[in-house]
Amino acid sequence: MKFTRRDVIRTTAGVAAGALGSRFVGSSAFAQEGLTYKPEDGAKLRMLRWSPFVQGDEDQWLANTKRFTEATGVEVRVDKESWEDIRPKAAVAANVGSGPDLMLVWFDDPHQYPDKLHDVSELGEYLGSKYGGWHDGPKQYATREGKFLGLPLATIGNAIVYRESWVKEAGFSEFPKDTAGFLELCKALQAKGHPAGFTHGHGVGDGNNYAHWLLWSHGGQMVDESGKVTINSPETLKAIEYAQELYKTFIPGTESWLDVNNNRAFLAGELGVIANGISVYNTAKTNKDNDPKLAEIAKDMRTTSLPIGPVGKSVELFQVTTAVIFDYTPYPNAAKAYLQFMFEEQQMAEWITSSAGYCCQTLKAFENNPVWTADPNNAAYAKASATLRPNGYAGPLGYASAATMADYVLVDMFAKAVTGQATAQEAMEEAEKRANRYYRV
Amino acid sequence: MAVSSAAVQPRPSILSRSLSLLADSRNALGFGFMLPAAALLLVFLTYPLGLGIWLGFTDARIGRPGIFIGIENYQYLSEDAVFWLSVFNTLLYTISASILKFALGLWLALILNQNLPFKSFFRAIVLLPWVVPTVLSAIAFWWIYDSQFSILSWALIEMGLIDHRINFLGDPVNARASVIAANIWRGIPFVAITLLAGLQTIPQSLYEAATLDGASRWQLFRFVTLPLLTPIIAITMTFSVLFTFTDFQLIYVLTRGGPVNATHLMATLSFQRGISGGQLGEGAAIAVAMIPFLLAAILFSYFGLQRRKWQQGGGD
Repeated sequence: MKFTRRDVIRTTAGVAAGALGSRFVGSSAFAQEGLTYKPEDGAKLRMLRWSPFVQGDEDQWLANTKRFTEATGVEVRVDKESWEDIRPKAAVAANVGSGPDLMLVWFDDPHQYPDKLHDVSELGEYLGSKYGGWHDGPKQYATREGKFLGLPLATIGNAIVYRESWVKEAGFSEFPKDTAGFLELCKALQAKGHPAGFTHGHGVGDGNNYAHWLLWSHGGQMVDESGKVTINSPETLKAIEYAQELYKTFIPGTESWLDVNNNRAFLAGELGVIANGISVYNTAKTNKDNDPKLAEIAKDMRTTSLPIGPVGKSVELFQVTTAVIFDYTPYPNAAKAYLQFMFEEQQMAEWITSSAGYCCQTLKAFENNPVWTADPNNAAYAKASATLRPNGYAGPLGYASAATMADYVLVDMFAKAVTGQATAQEAMEEAEKRANRYYRV
Repeated sequence: MAVSSAAVQPRPSILSRSLSLLADSRNALGFGFMLPAAALLLVFLTYPLGLGIWLGFTDARIGRPGIFIGIENYQYLSEDAVFWLSVFNTLLYTISASILKFALGLWLALILNQNLPFKSFFRAIVLLPWVVPTVLSAIAFWWIYDSQFSILSWALIEMGLIDHRINFLGDPVNARASVIAANIWRGIPFVAITLLAGLQTIPQSLYEAATLDGASRWQLFRFVTLPLLTPIIAITMTFSVLFTFTDFQLIYVLTRGGPVNATHLMATLSFQRGISGGQLGEGAAIAVAMIPFLLAAILFSYFGLQRRKWQQGGGD
């Protein structure tokens, strides 16, 4: 089923208000020239998203969806899957040409099957120009050759989460800003029986976030701008040597950790420092009334950005999620209308607020959302979209960058070296060989 | 006026005559009855298998059909240390777990074959690990093996037997042993219950005759039980080996193949490369590389079943 641009009816904001329900269009930002998609007759949508880490995110998403249905009559069924299962589901849907009409996918997914995704450039440009522009990092994940393959929805920030009293007990009045100071802190924390713990196992989120921070903060990179593998470098060597020193201060077993292990150990009072999304803080905060121990931990929890390494600036991966419409959908206009509705000011602002710091805005106009100042611990996650560095830096996003991450090349490189299964040089050479398999074309 | 019966009966049509002929033909009827099963096998077994083998010879990726590249995927795999590690892990996992499942399963079957009180209850209980969905039991083991909250570590520390937690899934050797132990726990009921069924088909009269001839308990087992149980053992262990060799869920939940690929099996690596990594061709090639091993297991069983002499208590 083909749709031309004639299917897309440009109207003023007043008409948009009529189509979507004027009660949702009260802000000044929306009262500009707009873009409206007329859903196909009898359109019904099915969307697959990741299971929420913060309940407010899902509740608000569903509430916004309900509003959309009330305004347009288009039913939207929202299914959810564990976030790690989204990638295989999306891959299968793209390959067989059947499945949900829309999906919230991760990282470089849109670049793996760009031909299978509906072009949403018009909507992407419209939202970008209306809301102060897209942040570069999330936009790179969602665009290819100037076309929007999807809409960058959110960045899930990752930050240091620590116990303030224990850091002070270790002799640090404030959390160190650089990697050298951080190592000293971890040594001191270990000596006090409150070790740090960072994931060296196959945790898709935490494992990759940590490994990329180690590499990038020391100036290493998997590939150069042309996609040539450059992981075997003096900078990488320094990163591995730093990781080896840091690992000595960790709680035992981090090489087996998946994504939830650090949260669990931190909330059990076993760890002084971890890196995580704000979900771990929200868990403590939400359950503090039922658990005095958690209340104590929540009170003592602080967050801050990961320390800056020799490169002199903050460089982190984070997780970016993009809303895509599959080309096989019989209702592309309804799908675009739905996404537009969800990205417009009222819905997006409420969703970001309800996500309690877990989902960082990709559109610059939402940077002043009150959620970032509602709790001091939220601030460390406020700039995630602005500061992130895309996977496979400094090369192009695509099949090779996705495959290299999926095969845990970087995670394994550090894990192998820190656990002594290989020397730093051997681990680096093996990572180079493995990465070359994907960047061979 | 008399009317002949032939005159009142309508002449059978060509179709009904053909059907009648078919119904009388043993071969045609047999072929007809096999058709539904053959169609199911073609659609759900032959086609996916054929497609998988074909994909292994292409550079197909997610969202891209790919072109024929001959054995390039296999050439790349032959130089890939992670692939060979997964082959080693798979063989170690399958052989160790299968031997232990057989030994413990047979032992359990022999115990359950005795006249125990609450025999039916125990037989039902034994099946539990098999009945519980693998993902659930894997999650239970995940807690048991947790590096910080393992109940095993806790109990051993409380008993004063160890002074620090065991790194079950972080150390490569421990991780392999841990996943093998979880697989054994899950697989024993299948072996035990199937062998128990086999044990119950052995006539008591044979044991009585052997006892009258002065056979010891070991001789009863060696010369009566084992030979008569061999066909069942062959079938049971073939299935057990196939299930173990193709295991996925346990590893996926417990370790995702970590630490540093120390527990990656061919099945999990195939998924990681083919689906998560988007390289359908290479993922399929890894899956296809499992076929020779699986065929070997099946042929072993097939020829084992044919060895009548062995089954009758003779040597090779």
